[in-house]
Amino acid sequence: MSPVILQILTLTGLILVGAGCQESPTTHHSKRKLVITGSSTVAPLMAEIGKRFEILQSGVRIDVQTGGSSRGIADARQGLADIGMTSRALTSDETDLHGTAIARDGIGVIIHTSNVVSALDDGQIADIYTGRITNWNAVGGADALIVVVNKAEGRATLELFLKYLNLINTEIQAHVIIGDNEQGIKTVAGNPNAIAYVSIGTAEYDARREAPIKLLPLGNVPATLETLRTGTFPLTRPLTLVTKAPPSGLIKTFIDFARSPDVHDLVTQHFFVPIQS
Amino acid sequence: MIWSRSTFLSPSNRDRLLVWTLRGAAGIAGLILLFIVAFLILEALPALRTLGLIRFVTDPSWHPGEEFYLMLPMMWGTLFATLGAVVLATPLGLLSALFCRWYAPKPIARTYRRFIELLGGIPSVVYGFWGLVVLVPMISRLHPPGPSLLAGIVILTIMILPTIALLADASLAKVPQEYIRGAAALGLGRWAIIRGVVIPAAKSGLFTGVILGTGRAIGETMAVLMVCGNVVQTPQSLFDPIRTLTANIALEMAYALGDHRSALFVSGLVLVGMILTLVSSAEWISRGRIYG
Amino acid sequence: MASSRMLDSDHLSAIAVWTAACLVGGFFLWLLSDIVWHGVAEISWEFLTTAPLNAGRDGGIGPILVSTALILLVCMVVALPIGLGTAILLAEFTTDESLFGRLIRRSLDVLAGVPSIIFGLFGNAFFSVTLGLGFSILSGGLTLACMVLPILIRSTEEGFRAVPTDYRLSAAALGLSRFTTLTHLLLPAAIPGLLVGFILSIGRAIAETAALIFTSGYVDRMPESLLDSGRALSIHIFDLSMNVPGGDAKAYASALVLISLLFAITTLSAWIADQWLHRRIIPV
Repeated sequence: MSPVILQILTLTGLILVGAGCQESPTTHHSKRKLVITGSSTVAPLMAEIGKRFEILQSGVRIDVQTGGSSRGIADARQGLADIGMTSRALTSDETDLHGTAIARDGIGVIIHTSNVVSALDDGQIADIYTGRITNWNAVGGADALIVVVNKAEGRATLELFLKYLNLINTEIQAHVIIGDNEQGIKTVAGNPNAIAYVSIGTAEYDARREAPIKLLPLGNVPATLETLRTGTFPLTRPLTLVTKAPPSGLIKTFIDFARSPDVHDLVTQHFFVPIQS
Repeated sequence: MIWSRSTFLSPSNRDRLLVWTLRGAAGIAGLILLFIVAFLILEALPALRTLGLIRFVTDPSWHPGEEFYLMLPMMWGTLFATLGAVVLATPLGLLSALFCRWYAPKPIARTYRRFIELLGGIPSVVYGFWGLVVLVPMISRLHPPGPSLLAGIVILTIMILPTIALLADASLAKVPQEYIRGAAALGLGRWAIIRGVVIPAAKSGLFTGVILGTGRAIGETMAVLMVCGNVVQTPQSLFDPIRTLTANIALEMAYALGDHRSALFVSGLVLVGMILTLVSSAEWISRGRIYG
Repeated sequence: MASSRMLDSDHLSAIAVWTAACLVGGFFLWLLSDIVWHGVAEISWEFLTTAPLNAGRDGGIGPILVSTALILLVCMVVALPIGLGTAILLAEFTTDESLFGRLIRRSLDVLAGVPSIIFGLFGNAFFSVTLGLGFSILSGGLTLACMVLPILIRSTEEGFRAVPTDYRLSAAALGLSRFTTLTHLLLPAAIPGLLVGFILSIGRAIAETAALIFTSGYVDRMPESLLDSGRALSIHIFDLSMNVPGGDAKAYASALVLISLLFAITTLSAWIADQWLHRRIIPV
């Protein structure tokens, strides 16, 4: 083995070590950065709003991290994030924070398109989720076992759904537990006997793209963007931006922008309902 | 090797510097594990203090929202999925290795080995994604709900098979030719040679492969999360959904606060404990080095 | 009689071996063709270079490839010197009985088995929160560096152990210092082992998801510094398939890109191993 190879190796090593040493100096910030963390339901929309905001306000960078609503709350509270995202309103023990609604979403029950069931009342849904009804034929469907899909702990969707049905999580008899909306839709799309509840925005988007799922009406109100907009759909939630202090400066500019008509097309694109201010 | 004994040449300053630099590097490498365990303990401490160890096995269920922290079913989930995968992957891996070494024509064996190598490198998300859109719907037609212990076992089998096959292949290659020629000279058939001579001679390599595969199966996260259904329960059949310890961390970590977050670090400690047990018992059995 | 029985077990075993091989091979082809079939239509120069749009449903993966590369760069810049140093120490400067060497080895044995999600937990708690690096490429790269060290050290050590003892003896006889022997004799001879370890580590790091979710984060834009969060390719696949409605097509395409990269990596390492064998026949 010739010395040339050795020299190359040594040189590469030096460059690498040099690069290692220079890591910190090159990372200084010339741009103002807003860190936004939280709900995975809001995150895709927020990333798009962030991109548009960056075009308008050069010199600003918006970093969006998904986690969950409770992560959004915690990060905003601890100051790890400038803005937290939650897919629900703030609760009574979160009065130390400041929330601003930017859009409205609903939670809808979905089943496979091949399922003949076309409506379930709230009692039936509760019975299915607590295991008192285990076969579709008890609610007018085919003779098949119901596959119950529930959400994992910490998701706002889970909290709101349980609150709506007056259930607690320990009563639920689930067959599948999912993390994010899309996993729920994939599960139902791949299983004709499954029932799940997901963000209406996500479900409509997938149904348009010919995923074999259908949204059931809730309390006799069809789950559509229209009933969400008019406020008749019973299980809705505001998508909320949360800050520790009252919004000011750049944070306020951004939150105002996220509520403004300038982004209504993005909100609609993600199948949420814009806030009419 | 040689230099560890004191040399009669007095070492130069540069040499001394070299050795200390190397020791520094090795020290860092060795301390990482200690550091990780220390951090896990530090983060797990609040839960251990307020809940105590016993609640992780006596609580009625895992519902952190309602302060129930039963971890046992997830330990069973991890154990069953790992066991199933190892039981399936070991014979398949060994047979694949035998195929490469003894049965396949040279070019096919070469291609096949590259295949297996590539299979071993495929990221777990890709397996999970494939399992979610192809495997789970298939199982659900067979026996609902679909996401199940079985799906987890199948995915894990595929994931650890390359490790076992490649290490088996490498150890088969090391069996001295004289053994084989000797056996052949005695008039033994191919299978008799393989069973009586080759496999015993390659045993330690096979064992290492199985141990490494087991470790990988215990630690696998994303693929299992995507196909196992994630219901916290002790499975009664292959078609029951399960949640593993790793999936539990990935699923809830981003959402967990307070005791809940701390409890997840406890499950992290349990996982490290499992790996420690695995490595030490393997070392005890083989009385040799496993990993390095 | 005896010979016919032997023939039987020979046949049976051959059938078993071929069946297993076909099963594994067939499965592999199924998986791969499924991914190629669904993914190849999306692949184009635009896909590889442009930014993701609309949460990744449209557009490409340009910034994601850049982030992935930067994470790998940080990982290797940190892991290489530590790994090389440890490997040299273990192979050349410690006996099998020395306590220090045994402790290090034992610690690395266990580290190699630690699940990647644990590295994620640790990386999040230590690099992101305690050191205050936040969700960043730096956090992700450092976490991966901890993870790949055992593989890197093991392959490199093998490389050094493969160098014949004669080299060291002759060097000692010539009165060369350890430093000189190391840099002029052993290191060049052990380069193939180092390279194989390097490539294996990159392979492991590029495929990693669980360790990166809590460290390098989800941001899918072009990173501007190492303190920016950057989404790795495997996380992109995970997010597209689990959280983005209508993301499947791009998830397939991204998976195809990732597998192609890995294929290139394993081919390279196999080629180097071949070259190595070739070289050992001709004396250096």
